[in-house]
Amino acid sequence: MDDFTSAVLVSLNTSLLATLLCCVVGIPLGYYLAFNKHKVTYVAIDILKTLLAVPTVVVGLVCFFFLRRQGVFGDLALLFTQSAIVIGQFILAIPIMATLSYNAFSSLDRCAHETVRTLGLSKVKAVVLLVSEARFGLVAAITQTFGRLIGEVGVSMMLGGNIEGYTRTMTTTIALETSKGELALGLKLGGVLLLIALIVNMLLNRLQKKK
Amino acid sequence: MSIIGNLFYKPTCRKMHVALFYVVLLFTISTNAISADTRFINMSTTTSTENSGLLKVLLPLFKSETGIEVRVIAVGSGKALKLGEGGDVDVVLAHAPEAESIFVAKGFGIDRRAVMYNDFVIIGPKINSLPKIKKNDVSAAFKLIAEKQLSFISRGDESGTHMKENIIWKSIGVTPKGAWYIGAGQGMEAVIMMANEKQAFTLTDRGTWYAMEPKSSLVILFSDDPSLFNPYHIMAVNPEKNPHVKAGEVKQFIDWITSTKGQSAINNFKVNGKQLFFGNAK
Repeated sequence: MDDFTSAVLVSLNTSLLATLLCCVVGIPLGYYLAFNKHKVTYVAIDILKTLLAVPTVVVGLVCFFFLRRQGVFGDLALLFTQSAIVIGQFILAIPIMATLSYNAFSSLDRCAHETVRTLGLSKVKAVVLLVSEARFGLVAAITQTFGRLIGEVGVSMMLGGNIEGYTRTMTTTIALETSKGELALGLKLGGVLLLIALIVNMLLNRLQKKK
Repeated sequence: MSIIGNLFYKPTCRKMHVALFYVVLLFTISTNAISADTRFINMSTTTSTENSGLLKVLLPLFKSETGIEVRVIAVGSGKALKLGEGGDVDVVLAHAPEAESIFVAKGFGIDRRAVMYNDFVIIGPKINSLPKIKKNDVSAAFKLIAEKQLSFISRGDESGTHMKENIIWKSIGVTPKGAWYIGAGQGMEAVIMMANEKQAFTLTDRGTWYAMEPKSSLVILFSDDPSLFNPYHIMAVNPEKNPHVKAGEVKQFIDWITSTKGQSAINNFKVNGKQLFFGNAK
């Protein structure tokens, strides 16, 4: 496999997995925060929104301290693996997924929650209905999360170690090739990155329109 | 993607889609797991060895003979040794003799062996008005740069090259400071690019310079001073301090790179027709 293909695959592999994990955790979190409004959840939302501003390198640095051999999770030997990138990206993106899905659920009619409950639906059916109602916002949340992850450098570089053919992603390749003065390959990868973002967005937008 | 979408509004199909969702999830995780099964060691090394393309030639040779993959984390020598100290890598290939001696003396590394060498050169813009000094007198060159306050870009990242530069400044009793002295905190290639843009001077290893020369308008101004000798050593991370390191595989790699086979691969490696590294294993 050549460098180019491998970088694209590593990027997709890590970012898609991290986005999936964010869906699994972030959407329920947003749901909970939107429909259980009290003091604690307001503080939680403030904190999550603040975390939106955390630079990727800071997430990378903090995770580095936990994942390195001398760190708490050192025995798991995760540093400089693809899993480490997924973990870092998950932590990086969970505030995005949670706050955006919180927004999506909050933008539903105020009484939606109560209405669904009074319809006498089971809890599961109620959740499915509300999620379906909020799907425009939720798809936007997924798109944003994926967009942030496929384009980030800091976490991939620090936790992945930019190992050729294993943890070298599109963005770390761009950083490396630019530093070497190989601008052409960097630009080519930049183009592919945008193309992938375009395809993902088109897929997700279709999904929004479908009824 | 439609898996997630359908999950939202077709409750009847949920079971199937949940199953599909987990298949995708497992598939992605398993690709991680498969790569974890291959025999590999982690090696931290300097940017010069990887970015010159040397390791791209050496490591596949080693892998085809032994089946062991060497995963390379290319950073400055200082950080490469730090990663070794913490046991985050299994083996270190560096070019900072003083720092390496300390690393071994403190018990972080064992089995340190010479692998190859090249030398440092000082590059800069073609200036005709420079006072005449010997081309191989590095001390004089550094003194001149400091006196005339000529723009100088330093790696500024505790790499082997940066440590070498500091040793030279120290030897002539100068503490470089001021607007002319720029600490870049970047790899060698980036620093050469920067020096090229700013038409500044910098210290670089010859290997990286040959690789970058076609993209740059700078030239070698000073070289061939014996004090610019640039040796590379390989050393294993001490398994007594870090029991998890793969000592067996590391030993195989060190033996191989210092063997006739490894050494001739190093000597045969050329960029733009020029040999970048010279094997000197004993």
